[in-house]
Amino acid sequence: MIKNISNLGDASLYCNFGDKINQRINTNVIKYFKNIQKKKIKGIKNLTPSYNKLIISFDLDLTNFEDLKKKIEDINISDENEIKNQKTIKIPICCDDEHALDIDRLSLKLKLSKKDIFKKYLDKEYFCYMTGFVAGMPFLGDIDNKLRLERLETPRVKVPKGSVGITEQFANIYTFESPGGWNILGNTPLRIFDQKNETEPTLINPGDKVLFYQISKKEYLKFNDKK
Amino acid sequence: MTKNKIIVLREGINSTFQDLGRDNFYHIGLPFSGAMDKRNYLIVNKLVGNQHNEAVIEFAYQGPLLKIEEGNINFAISGDVKFNIKKDDKLFNGQCYKTYFLSENDEIDIISTNKSVYGYFAVSGGFELNKNFGSFSTTVRANVGSNNGNKLSKNEKFLIKHIKNKNISKNIEYINSKVEYIRILKGTNFDYFSDESINDLTSKKFLVSKLSDRMGMRLQGSKIKNMKETNIRSEGLIKGVIQVPADGDPIIMLSDHGTIGGYPKIAVVISADYDKLIQTPPGNTVKFKLIELKEAENLYKLYQMETENLLNQI
Repeated sequence: MIKNISNLGDASLYCNFGDKINQRINTNVIKYFKNIQKKKIKGIKNLTPSYNKLIISFDLDLTNFEDLKKKIEDINISDENEIKNQKTIKIPICCDDEHALDIDRLSLKLKLSKKDIFKKYLDKEYFCYMTGFVAGMPFLGDIDNKLRLERLETPRVKVPKGSVGITEQFANIYTFESPGGWNILGNTPLRIFDQKNETEPTLINPGDKVLFYQISKKEYLKFNDKK
Repeated sequence: MTKNKIIVLREGINSTFQDLGRDNFYHIGLPFSGAMDKRNYLIVNKLVGNQHNEAVIEFAYQGPLLKIEEGNINFAISGDVKFNIKKDDKLFNGQCYKTYFLSENDEIDIISTNKSVYGYFAVSGGFELNKNFGSFSTTVRANVGSNNGNKLSKNEKFLIKHIKNKNISKNIEYINSKVEYIRILKGTNFDYFSDESINDLTSKKFLVSKLSDRMGMRLQGSKIKNMKETNIRSEGLIKGVIQVPADGDPIIMLSDHGTIGGYPKIAVVISADYDKLIQTPPGNTVKFKLIELKEAENLYKLYQMETENLLNQI
């Protein structure tokens, strides 16, 4: 299932699972990631699964590229297309004008009404391909064909924390205030990354399913009071 | 028993607690972080008699001004650093790679790093801090690490664990070597770039831009021309990767880098040269030399042997 393994620098393996981006290939990446993580192979320091790649960093004091490559090539994983312990997570989202920063741009460029855009976005169940860039940020897909738009020409210097954005076939949630160029259509009050929870810091993990549901501005403001 | 406590009178430009970094969290978006210059980190901890994974204060350019508020400390500083010590109201210049014993009201003023970027301040016994995700290292962008994931700030106070041996007096001779070349390996998108640009990358000087920090080092020089695609599908990154965005100016990923990126990877800095790379200050230039994997592995062994030898002298 790994097409080929090359080196990325002197302390990482670069495993390529194919050139396309789809859930079948990504599911293979995630299965390898979970399997290798469980095996606790000596010398491995980090695993970074993405759409169609898996990067395995290692400690050069304990192993090297050739030895680790052999160990990874020997792993046998069945081609059944399922991920164990897959969760479904429901995310509240407020789409009021003050949070839907790019709804006018989306409406204009996609030639759809605001209502249609939100309906198409909320009607789908999403798959988490990977998490990262910044801590806990989920890369979700695939969004409706009619919602696909390129990134902003000039990225924002600051995207507010909790912003939900879309571009191309993907959606994501900004877990921290950060620069970014995705088209923002709402904001979630839910905490996606919690640095105080060391056992389960990320709410959404690769392979999980995600559903969004709309909340009012009132509910948004009250959301974190309940606890 | 009296406590040993220091207060931060001036925080410095980028002062954070660091150790050897954090493994196994790339998949949730947390980078290694940890001390940028691993060798200087290991040396300074050994000088004050600490375990190799004790937290130290890393500073960049201008360091903090610290005052002993209660008790005593034994400290050392590593790097190429200019600093003053005020002991019993007398002011004198401090020397790197040497331990000092200070008492209440004494001060350490870390003025600047000379022709380098990072320096390290360690205290015997270590600071009283909490680990986060198994490490003291601070990742400011994710608010992760000791001190709630923040840089040091003015008037903050830190406790120092009990000092076992009050009169450690140690020093070593060490000069932070400068290198002519930073050695690199071909990246996974090496063939996206024109022959002329590959030639430029491996023969011309590149200026380290002011927009460099613990996340990345931006370079300016000959524009690197991409012949294929200026964006790739987002995938994992590691420290040392040289990415080239559409504008043709290379960016080297450093210890706090984003874990995923979508720019083509032209090359990767070898592990043995990382400490030297990150000590190159903005305004200076770097030159790259392309080598093979086997050579990089051997150079790493040599680097480790040198580090071991230095640590054994302490």
